[in-house]
Amino acid sequence: HQVLHIVPETFQQVQHLQHLCSTLLLDLWKPFLPQDICVGEDLHIRVPAPLVKEVKDSLDQHMISYKVLIPNVQELVDQSMPRERSSHRQAPEGYVYTEYHPMEEIYQWMIQIQKSYSELVTQHYLGKTVENREMYYLQISQPSDKTKKIVWMDCGIHAREWISPAFCQWFVKEILQNYKSDPKISRFLQNLDLYVLPVLNIDGYMYSWEKERLWRKNRSPHMNSGTCYGTDLNRNFNSSWGSVGVSHNCSSEVFCGSGPESEPETRAVAQFIEQKKSNILCYLTMHSYGQYILTPYGSTTEPPSNSEELMLVAKQAASALVGKYGTSYQVGPTSLILYSNSGSSRDWAHTIGIPFSYTFELRDKGTYGFLLPSNQIQPTCEETM
Amino acid sequence: DIADVGHKYHLDLVLEDVLAKDTTVNCTAEVLYHLGNQNTAPDVQFTLEGELRTTAEADNLFYNQIKSLDKVLVAENIPDSQGSVSPAMEPVHLLAWVASGYVIWQNSTENTKLQLAQIRRVKQVKRSDEYLEFDYLVLLHEMVSQEIIPWQMTVLWHPQHGVQVTQHSCQPQHSLE
Repeated sequence: HQVLHIVPETFQQVQHLQHLCSTLLLDLWKPFLPQDICVGEDLHIRVPAPLVKEVKDSLDQHMISYKVLIPNVQELVDQSMPRERSSHRQAPEGYVYTEYHPMEEIYQWMIQIQKSYSELVTQHYLGKTVENREMYYLQISQPSDKTKKIVWMDCGIHAREWISPAFCQWFVKEILQNYKSDPKISRFLQNLDLYVLPVLNIDGYMYSWEKERLWRKNRSPHMNSGTCYGTDLNRNFNSSWGSVGVSHNCSSEVFCGSGPESEPETRAVAQFIEQKKSNILCYLTMHSYGQYILTPYGSTTEPPSNSEELMLVAKQAASALVGKYGTSYQVGPTSLILYSNSGSSRDWAHTIGIPFSYTFELRDKGTYGFLLPSNQIQPTCEETM
Repeated sequence: DIADVGHKYHLDLVLEDVLAKDTTVNCTAEVLYHLGNQNTAPDVQFTLEGELRTTAEADNLFYNQIKSLDKVLVAENIPDSQGSVSPAMEPVHLLAWVASGYVIWQNSTENTKLQLAQIRRVKQVKRSDEYLEFDYLVLLHEMVSQEIIPWQMTVLWHPQHGVQVTQHSCQPQHSLE
């Protein structure tokens, strides 16, 4: 945001300036009201970053001379506020991205991150979990007059895969801290909007913190003979649901639920994506472990229509990844390189028309498996960026 | 494919030393999965091209540490939820890894992929002879079914005599509660 200093010279200039202020809803610092703008009197206006060019062009067009009084309002704000660390914006203060965080802290983090980067980030409600908890995603979007294509990424569909939500948080932090200085990121944001769901299976994630570290499914109760808990959310989507690589028995880790989209978490995500599908370019879902980039499908070995392009992009991602720390990822369709499964979110996203749909299985290959030590969070996230 | 017998795989592997990542050894192996009989472990033949690193010093250190304990060693959840293993428990973890490798071999088919997920409980059993004995309850993760299978194993170890799994059995899942 910039603050411009203008001294209007003629009445026509005053009129134009008043018009500009009211149509663009600019923030008048001096005077307070547009009607008090006068010939020969100092005018200070704060112009939000996305409008700076437009305003300056308009002033030039009308031969109104101006000076930039404050080139960067945020910087000034940071400098004038007492901070323990440097004035380089870090948000939220003190959040440790190299540690695993329980859900309460992740909820707090989302609020903080929106506050600290409000020009880019908005938090949105997606739906409720079985246990009535609120699901939120973050939208990272650079203001622009054109509609942008969307990249969606969700983490934590399986409770025990802790490195996955850790990655989503890291990813958001990296984008926000570097979008101004990194040309790749800034170009990315000029053309694409990012939607990030840090924890999809909130109830399961909390259960893995409080009760059973190796829990996988959600926490929906099923009456069997006594109560059994949990549907595998990644077998619950409406893509060849219930056909292969699943169990119809609740006691199984791959129980697909009582029907496609039987789970509120699945419905919350599916409804949203369905609604936005014509603008979604890429669907990413993060899991662990195994070190794979998986393409559709799991339920059949029949290749998807754009399989060549899907593979090409995935292979490029894998080679960029290995270049960082030597971590090798295998690339290919789930049905060929892993096992058969149906009802996965990635398959469903592709069948409804989202061209690029991938499952990432992050580190490692079984040495620590789900219990990936927190000292591996940083390298895992850095290489996956 | 070997008619009426099973499926044989020839493998060229590179073994990496977990504790000394730059050390690798080439290995060739043949694995025969028996047709039909899911209760027999696959046959494994292997040849190492080179030698494995000697671990005598670390082995003896661990051995003496355990022998000199006042109370029997008891521990839970290795690694812990955050993935950490305390330095004192590293050898206990490694021993479980080796021992569970045997259990996994005994229970593998072409359709399973088992990994040690966590040591739930380990308890040392005092012995009058020179061997160390540990009673482990480990959690194995099976990739295809995604199941976590509790497995009990009794492990004997001695620096010169190596590892032996004298007894092992799969446990019912609710035994985790």
